[in-house]
Amino acid sequence: MNPTLYEASANLSHGASMLISNYVFPNDLHLHWSMMIVLYPYITGLVDGAFIIAALYYLFDVKSLKPVARFSLLFAFAFLCCATLPLLLHLGRPERNFNMLLTPSPSSAMAGFGYIYAVSMGVLSFIVIFVYRPDLVERGKKAKGFMKLLYRALTFDSNDLSEKALELDGRIIRFLVGLGIPVAAVLHGYVGFIFGGVKANPTWSTPLMPVIFLFSACVSGISAIVIAYIIIRKIGGLSVDSDCIRTCIKTLTGFFILAFSFEMLEVFSHSYLKTGYHHMVEGLLNGPLANSFWLWQVKLCSGIPLILLGCMAFIPLKDAIYTVISGLVSAILLLQVFIMRWNVVIGGQLMSKSARGYTEFHPEWFDKEGILAVIIIMLIPFIILFVLGKVFPFWAEEIEKRYSINQ
Amino acid sequence: MKIENSSKDMSKSDDFSASTNKNRQSSPNLKEISSRFIDPSPDMDKRDFIKKVLNGAIAGSLFLVFPMSTPGGGNFEKNSTLKDGVSTFDPTIELPEEIPGIRDQNYDIHKHNFAFIVDITRCIGCGSCCVADKREYNVPDGNYRTWVERYVKDFDDQVYVDCPNGGLDGYQKPRDDIPIGTRDTFFVPKLCNMCKEAPCVQVCPVGATFLSPDGFVLVDSDRCVGCAYCIQACPYSVRFIHPVTKTVEKCTWCYHRVRRGLLPACVEVCPTGARKFGSLNDENSEVYKILKGPGVLTVLKQSMGTLPALYYMGQRLEVV
Repeated sequence: MNPTLYEASANLSHGASMLISNYVFPNDLHLHWSMMIVLYPYITGLVDGAFIIAALYYLFDVKSLKPVARFSLLFAFAFLCCATLPLLLHLGRPERNFNMLLTPSPSSAMAGFGYIYAVSMGVLSFIVIFVYRPDLVERGKKAKGFMKLLYRALTFDSNDLSEKALELDGRIIRFLVGLGIPVAAVLHGYVGFIFGGVKANPTWSTPLMPVIFLFSACVSGISAIVIAYIIIRKIGGLSVDSDCIRTCIKTLTGFFILAFSFEMLEVFSHSYLKTGYHHMVEGLLNGPLANSFWLWQVKLCSGIPLILLGCMAFIPLKDAIYTVISGLVSAILLLQVFIMRWNVVIGGQLMSKSARGYTEFHPEWFDKEGILAVIIIMLIPFIILFVLGKVFPFWAEEIEKRYSINQ
Repeated sequence: MKIENSSKDMSKSDDFSASTNKNRQSSPNLKEISSRFIDPSPDMDKRDFIKKVLNGAIAGSLFLVFPMSTPGGGNFEKNSTLKDGVSTFDPTIELPEEIPGIRDQNYDIHKHNFAFIVDITRCIGCGSCCVADKREYNVPDGNYRTWVERYVKDFDDQVYVDCPNGGLDGYQKPRDDIPIGTRDTFFVPKLCNMCKEAPCVQVCPVGATFLSPDGFVLVDSDRCVGCAYCIQACPYSVRFIHPVTKTVEKCTWCYHRVRRGLLPACVEVCPTGARKFGSLNDENSEVYKILKGPGVLTVLKQSMGTLPALYYMGQRLEVV
């Protein structure tokens, strides 16, 4: 570790003298939460954001989002299936994971995850099944053998597609989505609270943490849907609905402004209030995190999207150009949210509780929580999505031609 | 429920004390032991005599550092076993009672109350406590249940803190990387604060970390899932994940020893009495007298609201 770096950063505040020896508690040299804990809120965030898009259509009746509504549900479902994988890889004794459900400690924030996750999964599964019921009934009629049995099971052996039945489906879907919104908000706000509830860590311990996590989750999820929609449609040789993209981007702009504002508010609060170990937080942001926070998270991955989103909002652009910029902005914002998670989870642990120094983190490729494991875990939801696509068609055009479904 | 690192079931304390008495009768006395090391026969030359005295002195100093060795000449390896990478020692070895009111009595867990006091002004940074702790628990390298920090203050009031190898090697040489002259140096032993409002207990999702009725924050390694949330929550960084068991570990104030009327290993070996431990039910104990007396005691990170049961005497402003 370069002592001059920290001496330089130490001079930023009057707490500087504490950082002079860069002393790290002996048990703080090693980071205990690494990339899997970065990935865990990232994945749940993608789920939440994607669900928001679906909710805007199914509950709040934003018609222009119709082309991506069904796909968003499947996307959220595929990622929700993998939300526990990083946690299991992280646990020292993963075989005991059910202890959290069987003998939870009521005082622990973490103990609630299993229940919140299970409720989210249940609600989302039922929403998918009810939204896709007409497709499943149609496909079930043509299928044979195992697939027929599967379709019968997924439709609860009800092939009634009368107007009355579809109307009832619509009501059930609206109820489930209405239930799903608070569940999704709790799921991700709660993930933020897991960090916000750690008073020993001055960068985590803020009531803003759940709010920041929630809004950044919406940003990442909507960005992911925009990119996935554009890419999958283009690969399949299908047209991209520009009205839908424009609505997604407008929603994304709103959520990103909120997320970024709260992220900056947190930094401003630390800097202005100068409470507790603020010299450590300042030293962290200007020392070990100078690049990943100020350069990457703020300047590049927030500044550029803000400019681009501003241009998209105020300058009339052709559909093709708008779509390309949408994809670009979404990609940068996906990266922004990932870097933000990194800076919170990894960055927060770089500060020793000695309040006198910082440790280092070097990710490994082949570790249980290494880069390769991260890549594999991020690929699994796409494999699940591909398999789901065989049973649940992504796009609604085909079935809509046959039935006048008003979902 | 298995309590971390406890060597035997506590209910067997009666058997233990009975066997202790038996051993006490059969063990050789000090005169016999010394006669084995120093034979005052006239045919022994001076060189042999000095050799034997030196050997005896070295062996004697080892007894001080490794308190598990028996007075009868037994050694740690003979009387201890390794289970899951954690050492346990044979409780039938003769050891004198160090905390009155525990041995040979029914232990009412709700009535006992202990305190740990660290006197910073007495610590000389020898590292004996760290060595004793490492031996007691076979603590893996790079992890620390307890450690000793060195604070050096220069004439510009800059504070330099270090803790190479957790202080295990002792601070044998002064720091030579401080540009201005050193005004003051002191050592600060660190260990579990046994908080009454322990954040680690609050955040443990499965209740593996718990506060015992007699005031010890302990870990049930059979229930711990190794999520490390308690490590994040502990303001004092006294916890770590054991590389073999993959569960969390921390200082227990040697609960297994305390329940047998013995002092924590680090307290027992401290040559200057910088580490003090005792029962607050015993009005004659040193910790009782200090805690009830007029002296100034402080705790670490008081603003965290954790209400530690570990107190510091002579703590400086610089200590975090």
